Amino acid sequence: MEAIIVENISKNYKDIQALKEVSFQVKEGEIFGLIGPDGAGKSTLFRILTTLLLPDSGKGFVAGHPIVEEFKSIRKKVGYMPGKFSLYQDLSVEENLSFFATIFGTTIEENYDLIKDIYEQIEPFKKRLAGKLSGGMKQKLALCCALIHKPEVLFLDEPTTGVDVVSRQEFWEMLAVLKQKGISILVSTPYMEEAILCDRIALILNGEILNIDTPNQMIQNFDKTIYAIKCNRLYDLIHYLRTQDYTESCLPFGENLHLVTKEKVEIEKLKKEIITQGFEQVEIEKITPTIEDVFLHLGQEKKEDAN
Amino acid sequence: MKWKVFWAFVKKEFYHITRDKRTLLILFGMPIAQVLIFGFVISTDFKNASIDFLNHANDETSFELIEQIQSSENFKIGRILYADHELEKGFKDGTSKLVMVIPEDFSKDFYNRNPIEIQILTDGSDPNNAVTLTQYITSIVGSFQQQKLKIPENPQQINIETKLLYNPKSISAYNFIPGTIALILMIISAMLTSLTIAREKETGTIEILLVSPLSPLLIILGKVAPYALLSFIDAILILVLGFFVFEVPVRGSLILLLFCCLIYVITSLTIGTLISAVSKTQQDAMMRSLMGLMMPSMILSGFIFPLTSMPFILQVLGHIIPTTYFIEILKGIMLRGVGLEIVWFPLFVLFLMILFFLFFTWKNFKTRLQ
Repeated sequence: MEAIIVENISKNYKDIQALKEVSFQVKEGEIFGLIGPDGAGKSTLFRILTTLLLPDSGKGFVAGHPIVEEFKSIRKKVGYMPGKFSLYQDLSVEENLSFFATIFGTTIEENYDLIKDIYEQIEPFKKRLAGKLSGGMKQKLALCCALIHKPEVLFLDEPTTGVDVVSRQEFWEMLAVLKQKGISILVSTPYMEEAILCDRIALILNGEILNIDTPNQMIQNFDKTIYAIKCNRLYDLIHYLRTQDYTESCLPFGENLHLVTKEKVEIEKLKKEIITQGFEQVEIEKITPTIEDVFLHLGQEKKEDAN
Repeated sequence: MKWKVFWAFVKKEFYHITRDKRTLLILFGMPIAQVLIFGFVISTDFKNASIDFLNHANDETSFELIEQIQSSENFKIGRILYADHELEKGFKDGTSKLVMVIPEDFSKDFYNRNPIEIQILTDGSDPNNAVTLTQYITSIVGSFQQQKLKIPENPQQINIETKLLYNPKSISAYNFIPGTIALILMIISAMLTSLTIAREKETGTIEILLVSPLSPLLIILGKVAPYALLSFIDAILILVLGFFVFEVPVRGSLILLLFCCLIYVITSLTIGTLISAVSKTQQDAMMRSLMGLMMPSMILSGFIFPLTSMPFILQVLGHIIPTTYFIEILKGIMLRGVGLEIVWFPLFVLFLMILFFLFFTWKNFKTRLQ
């Protein structure tokens, strides 16, 4: 049985189409990542799957229950961590946890083994008000609260947004442990480098799924060659390269730009060409693509299709 | 099981309340402040109103009259005027409330029992006070006349003896204590509940509560129960304050009074939940309860302005406000000492309102976000 099935789900807010015919499946005991920028429709999809919103069309199943008809059964079986920190800031760590345990009809002791590893990290601060915790600790507490009733499926909407690098890494380690305990996890993130930590990912942009695969397969299937180029005037170089015949796409990428070409070009030849155009400090390197490259490339293609 | 969840909810709500100074202030500071302010500041009983005189007579009897007026506690002499053009001076700079013009030959006409016209000028920009002060001065002049001329009780004259039943000393606290109870209970029950539910929406905690096996009814009950209890405590607090500080009695049955408070609190709570069902943020809920609830409750309930003297449309509006009925009940039980045989009707109206608002809340409450 699949933990989550999404079939052609669409959702509109007035005249904005938030989700367009989205379909994917999450297997039991899998960490499935929904990767996309802000406004891609991730939170809307989470709210539909956690039965908070109704889809305009399409079907969905969570833990075997249809999302519209059997929403009550779903609410007993899922854990949900909304994008915004949604615990009571004026309640202490302990009070929050015990409140959520009670409303789900359980106690902290009953499912302590599930949250033990996580809770132990915040236990020294259990008397502290949740609003006074650091970002990383808030996330851990929110995760504990979402786990306290031993859900079958866990929905984590951008759990690592606004959290420091170390805490983010710890957070993903925790997810791996939860996965081993048989919990299926749907997680969203705007950070492309976190995609690689998921079993499978779906790239989502403007309410549309661009691609679904394992992160490694997605990179392997990306058969284009990518060059990372550095120079003194990056912005002008982008404009120059975009007008060239061999260029398929050229996008800024931190202090580099990533150039995808239609056919193979020789690095030395390319370098000479750029230098003759008056650019200085030119460095070119052939690189293996990342998920971000795949994402940006697919997004670019989509945009061109639309035009 | 259900009780345990309910209890957890109530406990959580009490944490919210006791940890937020603002809420605590609204809960306990506001009722006390409001009662004391209404009691000591907004008093319709006059003391030492300043009165000016334009005395054309300047004879003995006129001085005696002025002295008589001064010796009453209600007035103190402002200035003595000498010409007609000075009449409005005191009104314009706001120092005088009243001007008395005494005609020439006052003594002579007085003892010859000729008709005399004393002119009283009052500041009509404040009509209620003007009327009250004119009444005071008329009665003083009347008794002055009686004393000086030693007029025997005239058997042919109709004497009107007025008596204010239930409030013989015309103490304004008798009016505002019931009104304040009604307003405070409305504020706390309706506004605070709508705020607390809107806060869950604003902080996003409502999302987690909805994605839980809790039934919406339990969420609402758990949220309103603490406020119901606290409103009740406030009602008792105001009654006690009214009794000991302003000597406002409870002449009817206290049990019946508290029962009516309970019904009114439930009415306000259902309105509060209805407001929160349609508001997205705390600010939204606040505006709706202030504009849609507090203002009409204060102005159209007969608390400040008598309902019967309002235009028809406002009277109709006044009669769809629960506060109107509750003030009626309170005044009946507290001041007139009546029982259920009289207050059953307004009580019945409150019941109907509860059903009405509950129906709409139920229609409007969503098990989902939209």
